[in-house]
Amino acid sequence: MTARHDCRRAFAETLVALAERDSRVVAVCNDSVGSSNLTAFRARFPDRLINVGIAEQNLVGVSAGLASAGRIPFACGASCFLTGRALEQIKADLAYSRHNVKLCGLSSGMAYGELGPTHHSIEDLAWTRAIAHMTVVVPSDPIETAAAVQAAAAFDGPVFLRLSRMPVPVVCDERHSFEIGRSILLRDGTDLTIVAAGVTVTEALEAAALLDREGISAAVLNLSTIRPIDRERVVDAARRGPIVTVEEHTVHGGLGSAVAEVVVESHPTRMRMLGVPGVFAPTGSPAFLLQHFGLDAAGIREAARSLVRA
Amino acid sequence: MTRPATAAAIAERARRIRATSLQMVHAAKMGHPGGDLSAADILATLYFRVLSIDPAQPSHPARDRFILSKGHASAALYATLAEAAFFPAEWLASYMQPLSRLNGHPDRNKVPGVEANTGPLGHGLPIAVGAALGARLAGETWRTFVLTGDGELQEGSNWEAAMAAAQFELDRLTVIVDRNGLQQGDFTERTIGLEPLADRWRAFGFAVAEVDGHDVAALIDVFERLPLERGRPTAVIARTRKGRGVSFIENRAEWHHRVPTDAELALALVELAERRP
Repeated sequence: MTARHDCRRAFAETLVALAERDSRVVAVCNDSVGSSNLTAFRARFPDRLINVGIAEQNLVGVSAGLASAGRIPFACGASCFLTGRALEQIKADLAYSRHNVKLCGLSSGMAYGELGPTHHSIEDLAWTRAIAHMTVVVPSDPIETAAAVQAAAAFDGPVFLRLSRMPVPVVCDERHSFEIGRSILLRDGTDLTIVAAGVTVTEALEAAALLDREGISAAVLNLSTIRPIDRERVVDAARRGPIVTVEEHTVHGGLGSAVAEVVVESHPTRMRMLGVPGVFAPTGSPAFLLQHFGLDAAGIREAARSLVRA
Repeated sequence: MTRPATAAAIAERARRIRATSLQMVHAAKMGHPGGDLSAADILATLYFRVLSIDPAQPSHPARDRFILSKGHASAALYATLAEAAFFPAEWLASYMQPLSRLNGHPDRNKVPGVEANTGPLGHGLPIAVGAALGARLAGETWRTFVLTGDGELQEGSNWEAAMAAAQFELDRLTVIVDRNGLQQGDFTERTIGLEPLADRWRAFGFAVAEVDGHDVAALIDVFERLPLERGRPTAVIARTRKGRGVSFIENRAEWHHRVPTDAELALALVELAERRP
């Protein structure tokens, strides 16, 4: 089996490298030096690691203030608290104010599966995507995580980086140039397109391989920027056939909704939206929960098969 | 600013800010006159004496930062910025009109001199903490001031920020509390009380001064002694009266967002004129 990686490592290494090159880069966190993987950052740049304690509203406000004074803050914390608890600060202090803050929601989705629904972050895409001026990026593997962190730093404006802690294999090619707003076609296919982001990309690729053996040709689109969405590529997929979307998030307002918004306006096609179907997820390991909601390779294959043969 | 304004000159500016704010609220048929009048002397003292700012270069990197956390007092802030020539006074007539840059709450992207988009309460102090930290990280000496309402201190985010400001020893940060004792619905102490307010700030690690928020000379005296203690942020509790300067508006909860009638506006302007310093 291919080696799996915790993308937080790529995140942390890239952040240190960025800080080496650009003195404006600072990290802000909520007592999460360890879980945000900022130990090395703190050792290298003790003055540029700002730990505001367990206070997410203040974390986002402080980050806005730092940006107003010319810093480039990477505001880090568990996504469930960072986005949920400070949502109004994200709207007013970051997005509406157009402050150059990179909001890094770690352990997003169901990475904290066993800790229960309070710690699941399956609404963060819907929340952040609904806010004007927000850019929402969901990298799928260590290569894309590193590229996304660099792209976010170079981008002038607020960005939400949705980062997991679930170990994933490398799915992206080093040679692919990551660009905010551009999706990546990881696999071409003629019968349908599976659109995924983050930890579900690897499951989508496995599902496509399984479908191939049954004579179903599935394309896999890595939609790593949820907002602004790559309309062109989504319309292109819709023209070719049905679409299955897969997200480690509620089906209400996340990746699937974003794709559907484009599809219904531009080229209606049949869709299946896989995700958490409007319920609080039960307790269980992340892998169990993916399987439970049919977001693993087998579940995606099942949905794709029924859609193509319908 | 070329020459420091005298207390009398500042008081006259404050009087004009009050009159202009009421005219703006009257014209817009919307606004928060009680809080505008409450904050006028503090705003005038800051903008015409204390802050190191240049209206011709509103984004000068070395300027002092002022954040109006009680963003509903936007009319008073806009009137102050126009008095200080950050933008032409003609803009004021557009307050809250369709497509105006003068929103009902301050907007840094639209209005020169506005430092933060506020309105939702409890946002200003966290942003100010970040700004003060940013100055220190850059090795700069400019100062950060934030004016909060007193009812606004019921928002917990302020106390998250207060803890951080003390921990980070931000002695170039000053929070001014417009302590008028009223919030939208009632007196603060009858809602969720704030006393002992000075002790609370001290317990959170601030150096504290209490001052009459309508006594310009007393405000100048406090601001010119900043920082009150090395290594500590400062809290200035400015005791004020909501609606200050107009007898029938003063200290009445309903004027949090009432709009004066034509007759009330005329009477208010007469009262303000009679109080000319």
